Amino acid sequence: MTMLEAREVVSGYGEVEILHGVSIKVEEEQIVTIIGPNGAGKSTLLKTVFGLLPCRRGRVLFGGEDVTGQSPQTMVRKGMCYVPQSENVFPTLTVQENLEMGAFIRRDNYRPKMEEVLALFPDVMERRHTRAGKLSGGQRQMLALARALMLEPRVLLLDEPSASLAPNMVELVFAKISDIRRSGVAIVMVEQNARESLKLSNRGYVLAMGENRLEGTGESLLDSEEVGRLYLGG
Amino acid sequence: MAELVARAGKARTLLTTLVMLRRERPDLFDAATGIGLWVLFGAFLIFAVITDLQLVVVGIILGSIVALGAIGLTLVYGIMKFANFAHGDMMMCGAYLAFFAFISGGSIGPLSFGYGMILAILVAMISVGVGSVVIDRLVYHPLRQRGSGVVVFAIASLGLAITFRALILLWWGPQPQIYVTGIHPAWDLPFGVKIKPDQIFIIATTLFLIAAVYVLLFRTRIGKAMRAMSDNLELARVSGINPDQVIMWTWLIGGSLAAVAGVLLGIQSQLTPDMGFSLLLPLFAATILGGIGSPHGALTGAMVVSIAQQVSTSWIDPGYKVAVAFILLILMLAVRPRGLFGMKT
Repeated sequence: MTMLEAREVVSGYGEVEILHGVSIKVEEEQIVTIIGPNGAGKSTLLKTVFGLLPCRRGRVLFGGEDVTGQSPQTMVRKGMCYVPQSENVFPTLTVQENLEMGAFIRRDNYRPKMEEVLALFPDVMERRHTRAGKLSGGQRQMLALARALMLEPRVLLLDEPSASLAPNMVELVFAKISDIRRSGVAIVMVEQNARESLKLSNRGYVLAMGENRLEGTGESLLDSEEVGRLYLGG
Repeated sequence: MAELVARAGKARTLLTTLVMLRRERPDLFDAATGIGLWVLFGAFLIFAVITDLQLVVVGIILGSIVALGAIGLTLVYGIMKFANFAHGDMMMCGAYLAFFAFISGGSIGPLSFGYGMILAILVAMISVGVGSVVIDRLVYHPLRQRGSGVVVFAIASLGLAITFRALILLWWGPQPQIYVTGIHPAWDLPFGVKIKPDQIFIIATTLFLIAAVYVLLFRTRIGKAMRAMSDNLELARVSGINPDQVIMWTWLIGGSLAAVAGVLLGIQSQLTPDMGFSLLLPLFAATILGGIGSPHGALTGAMVVSIAQQVSTSWIDPGYKVAVAFILLILMLAVRPRGLFGMKT
């Protein structure tokens, strides 16, 4: 079943149009990676799908329902969570309070879920009463993922989860993303780290100049000559 | 003469060292100014206690009043990122609304007022709190919708400040008002300190309300959402926190704290339409000194500024004591713009 679909989405900032009609499709429990050069509109696509930017033309479908132009608050309630690329934790709040904020709209008892999420990230769990601003870059990224999981989303949108992380942390973050998918969450991520992210993806999309350039399974894109030349450095 | 030149030379080397440190090692400079300022304030406090304990006590009383105002100011800044120039006049409105609602009915123990004052304070808190929410809907909400800049917000708040004062002036006139007339003797405490029971009430009320604010900010869902939104508005929105709800609570809390501060100021001295506006500079000085957006910063800043102002009257004419707040403000902005507890940017 198709979990999330963007159809011919047109969007941008102010006068500038960045996406000129981009389409992606995410099936249940899939990891979909979006790669492409800087300025291709990868982050813009995520923000538009999530309702942070107005969708000028085209449609966004979530679980078969048309959610075009809905606010982020509505998206969160419907089961879509988004992790921004940077500044994705509340620095003066403790780790635990960050997770509580992730569960802000939950009216039920979210404690069991919090323990479950913390168990996924042992590093972060050890420091649950530390202020998030004092965590290392990798730990912050883990906390950002954990925060987004508090609502038990059906789809997770990740904007460059491996950005500015040390190589061993990148590996760890990708391993966690795989774990999250295994727990039944579909994932859409934008990545610079094309090789590593395509390896664990079911599908990949290449965007260029605000348009779809290529698409295929993760492996087929890894083998593709054009992708290799443009984004994998050889 | 030669000695003076040598000393001036030494002072210059110290200054150049500091300037160099700031340029070469900003992290070290930051830590040094942080510790240095604490040592400086500590030393000043010890010095002040030895010089004139009575002035320190008066400083603490005024500091309590300033703290209640400054915490509201800092919360509003943290959430909405603008300097609310109407905060002093919100305090003044609270004082007059309590004056309006105050029915003098006996007195509680040694205090100059009775339960009528407690009721009047509650009336003032609710009306200023709810009034702030209504004004936000009418004035600031449309500005937010339009995406106006911080300057527009600040000027709008200045306009509101003038409006509030004019309305109070129209109703009660410029002459000072007093809650309870009569002479209320002060208690003699050890070390020659004199304090009125009403002033103990002021300090106790402040302590209670600050504790309540802390419970709210650190223990309740909405309080944590306020801190989250002050940290990062975008992330709060993507987490599903409703900014309008948080803003409403911020005004409710900031407004009611301002109202109490105004009433306490009225109890300490008297009510005049410009009582709030004249407190604006100490309010801002306290907020910036402590680090804008930080509640404990506002509390510390309020105490430092108020005690410094009072103690300064040992040497300078009390008419100039506002200048002390100004000097502290400028010094802080020059050395450490983020204040004592402010976040690094």
